[in-house]
Amino acid sequence: MPGTRIGEKALTCLLYLSALIIIGILLAIVGYIVYKGLAMINLDFIMQAPRRAGKEGGISSTIVGTLYLTVLSLAIAAPLGVGTAIHLEEYAQKESYFAYLVTLTAETLAAIPSIIYGLFGFVFFVIYLKLGWSIWSGSLTLAIMVWPTITRTAQEAILSVPREYRENSLALGASKWQTIRKIVIPAAIPGIVTGMILALGRAIGETAAVLLTAGTSLGMPLSPADPARSMSVHLYMLAMEGLSMERAFGTAFLIIILLLFINYLANRSMSLLSHNGG
Amino acid sequence: MNGIIEGKITAVKQHNNREEKSQILQAKAGRWERILVILRKSKARFIPEILVEKLLMLSAVVSIMALLLISVFIFSRGVPLIASVGLGDFLFSLEWKPIQGKFGIGAMFVGSLLLTSASLAWAVPLGLLTAIFMAEIAPPPVGRIMTRMVSLLAGIPSVVYGFFGLVIIVPLIRNYLGGTGMSVLAGAIILGIMILPTIINISRDAIQAVPLVYKESSLALGASHYQTIGRLILPAASSGIITAVVLAMGRAIGETMAVVMVTGNAAIIPDSLLAPLRTMTSNIVLEMGYAAGDHQAALFATGAILFIFILLLNLLLNFIRRAGKRYAGN
Repeated sequence: MPGTRIGEKALTCLLYLSALIIIGILLAIVGYIVYKGLAMINLDFIMQAPRRAGKEGGISSTIVGTLYLTVLSLAIAAPLGVGTAIHLEEYAQKESYFAYLVTLTAETLAAIPSIIYGLFGFVFFVIYLKLGWSIWSGSLTLAIMVWPTITRTAQEAILSVPREYRENSLALGASKWQTIRKIVIPAAIPGIVTGMILALGRAIGETAAVLLTAGTSLGMPLSPADPARSMSVHLYMLAMEGLSMERAFGTAFLIIILLLFINYLANRSMSLLSHNGG
Repeated sequence: MNGIIEGKITAVKQHNNREEKSQILQAKAGRWERILVILRKSKARFIPEILVEKLLMLSAVVSIMALLLISVFIFSRGVPLIASVGLGDFLFSLEWKPIQGKFGIGAMFVGSLLLTSASLAWAVPLGLLTAIFMAEIAPPPVGRIMTRMVSLLAGIPSVVYGFFGLVIIVPLIRNYLGGTGMSVLAGAIILGIMILPTIINISRDAIQAVPLVYKESSLALGASHYQTIGRLILPAASSGIITAVVLAMGRAIGETMAVVMVTGNAAIIPDSLLAPLRTMTSNIVLEMGYAAGDHQAALFATGAILFIFILLLNLLLNFIRRAGKRYAGN
């Protein structure tokens, strides 16, 4: 039937077109920000402290703030997340109520929007625990946010370790924990690392939760008890208050480059996993 | 003499004493060593094993505690205000005048729903078509490149999307369609882009999970590739596709920064696509900086409503997943 032929050709065109639109959107966003932001980037922009609320100067303190927040939140969330994953995959009974509860919790935590985390972090860490607007409050809030990402990726990585590895190790007389520590974790490490890298990316980009918990201070944060402004919060403030569009582009550029790099790292460690596990 | 003998005797006694002592010590040491050996043996096999197991379990418990704390703190701050205003008034009254003590989030409630539907309206068809392309049509290298690109799109933070919307989409709308550009349309475009990766990834996985046998049988019966996709693969993947849409809905309703930056944030129900609007999330982030007392409680109450929405969507997801499993089982 020639009619369906033409219809199928049109459908194929439509499918190709939609894929092209997706690629176009990505290239437009990344390309435009790189194009406009690149002009702003120099050593002064990265190394100098912001002046006059960010209208002048660089963004050094926000880079330090971002580093502080992401590293600290990862340091808190990684042991918890990986620990939960090991517990779920290696120790918990698969059909037990507890395992179901933990999985449900991870799903729910992953679905909660960042603004709710921000509200919670504000009322619990900032006010109730009296940590104030500080890197501690921000990192602890971020840690809860990225915890499901780390757990889920680590779970998948542990699950992908062949059963024979464990059986051989146990048969050689190793205990369960020895088997996990010496056999399972090393085999699953690329996946676990990928999860942490993804969590890092999420923590760098997070704005709403950080805004409500770490504050917007532009001072250079020295200790984790200091308030701090992250790069993403800085971008928001610059753009919303129309302080300096050039500096906003520069900040957006740095965030995008950082995330592209993180995405590359995640892909690399993922490919390590598939070589290893295959 | 006596002195000498006594001295010798004491010397001998001391010597004996010393020997005795060292014997005792040795015996003790032996006992300790034996205990140590036992300990070390059991240490490797027993004590840390249980300790480790408990520690790992603790990390899982911490996460449950975190979720409980989040629920308790959000609701305990927000619910009293909802109770005093009345749920109906709080949800549907259009008067949001915090200074006069009038807390009605009707406009924001409608705003959130409107913006979510508007972004889903274009992102779901586009995302689904792209997913079909990636799973069924694209040659493998193209599919791999697309996967990379979609994951990049997913990795861009919302504040960067908002910024892009502010400097590109908003001026475009202002210049070509009129108004200030800060509008429902700008929000729907940006929000739609943001939920595309969720829709694409999950529906692609669902399409790819359809057993190859189905497809081969259909093709062997003489159906064309598109007939197979339309009549067989998509229905078989439907629970996954619905999951994708519900997840995207959750993401859209909870999105904050991008929406705040492009929608103009006027607390009124928009009368056209070019009018501004304010969502529940924007309401929180815009006013949290200076709100106090009842005003702050009202913002927490807004958060509580949002939280309930997300929990309901999650419940729906679980239901869909279970229904999907039953379907696959049959």
